[in-house]
Amino acid sequence: MSVIRFFGSIVVRDLLLAWRQRGDVLVGLMFFVLVATLFPLAIGPEPAWLLRIGPGVLWVAALLANLLALPRLFQSDWQDGSLEQLLLNPFPVSVMVAGKFAAHWLASSVPLALAAPLLGIQYGLPSAQWLMLLASLLLGTPIITTLGGVGAALTLGLRQGEVLLALLVLPLLAPVLIFGSGAVAAVAAGQSGMAELSLLAAMMCASVFCSPWLAARALRLAIE
Amino acid sequence: MQTPTSARSSRHWFHFSAPSTFYPLAGRAIPWFSALALVLALAGLWIGFAIAPSDAQQGDGYRIIYLHVPTSWMAMFIYVVMAFWSVIHLVWKTRLSALMAQALAPTGAWMALMSLLTGSLWGKPMWGTWWVWDARLTSMLLLFFLYLGFIALTRSIDDPDRADQAGSILSLVGVFNVPVIYFSVYWWNTLHQGASVSSRGSSMASVMLLAMLLMGLAAWMYAIAMTLRRVRVLILQREANTRWVQELTEVAAKES
Repeated sequence: MSVIRFFGSIVVRDLLLAWRQRGDVLVGLMFFVLVATLFPLAIGPEPAWLLRIGPGVLWVAALLANLLALPRLFQSDWQDGSLEQLLLNPFPVSVMVAGKFAAHWLASSVPLALAAPLLGIQYGLPSAQWLMLLASLLLGTPIITTLGGVGAALTLGLRQGEVLLALLVLPLLAPVLIFGSGAVAAVAAGQSGMAELSLLAAMMCASVFCSPWLAARALRLAIE
Repeated sequence: MQTPTSARSSRHWFHFSAPSTFYPLAGRAIPWFSALALVLALAGLWIGFAIAPSDAQQGDGYRIIYLHVPTSWMAMFIYVVMAFWSVIHLVWKTRLSALMAQALAPTGAWMALMSLLTGSLWGKPMWGTWWVWDARLTSMLLLFFLYLGFIALTRSIDDPDRADQAGSILSLVGVFNVPVIYFSVYWWNTLHQGASVSSRGSSMASVMLLAMLLMGLAAWMYAIAMTLRRVRVLILQREANTRWVQELTEVAAKES
């Protein structure tokens, strides 16, 4: 079996597992919608306000919903022992981790990103803005998954691991939030927003390239 | 991994990387660095508060700069040093370098907190507000949280080996992210509101600069002394069951 087929088999396996547990994905989506709903209740339903805060609020809500899903990345595999089996196979651990990242992103982050435009419309965002919201989320969520995946591997099996994960990962993800919501805000200000999008893409490349290796190293520690 | 010849040549290089040889060395070095920190701080404070003139625009309120700037420098510098030891630990698996990183983190967090506090004390009379979401302030706050995350992670792992390696990986991720955070916050700030608060007005008189440099050196010496003290405690905790720790005069005296 080649490395690429091994990668593919991990992706298929994790997607199948996610499909069997589709409730988990729905919980994340519901959380996203709920957080986005709370802001108009707390601040007031004035359309001009909502238009102004919409991009930032939706990005923060998406970031938090993604963070909520991160502990699931390795948790169940670790609990039932299949993570150890996966670590024992002859292929590089980083390839296995990259496969899990890809499947996790497809199963958890893509549905969130696809739901975001709907909420954007509820906030009164014009089409140019919610399209940019979708694009920035699709570019930004891989960073959340991969960089957060390193944090998930580091905190695997620790007391209060989920809270610790948030403390570790949120400061590191500040740039993603800034450029993601900044791209939408730039569109609102009449610019193209491509500068922010390019920076987001550059960070995504760096994170996707380096994170699997670091997460693999952290996972081996957690298992030993 | 190592061939016999390289082991012999590396014995010299790594002589003090063993906790048992580093512990007494650190013990001898601490009084020197503490004394240096004290002397430099006294000289810096004296020049800064007694000799340096009042600022043309800010009066005497500017004098908190002698605490604010050194702590800000150290907060950023210590993270880089921490990452340096972490890389050494990840590559050569020397135990002491991970302990150094863990000993540095609380001092770094303390420096970041002091920088934020002195900054807000300075900001209230000068800008009329305790806190602005300025680029420098926000990135320092995030740096403070990065230190706290590192400390929380290494403290919550019971297995020492895993704690060392996890901390090293985290600070490696952090050191690549700190410049990204710094510049992103900077651009975010310039995009949304003009950076009106970063202009300092007058250029600095050479006496003021001298006092600030002396305080900076004092903060450096203080950080070294504190880190060495903390690393000695960490060494004792880790090696409590070894023979050389049992034979230390201070440990033996406690137990009898």
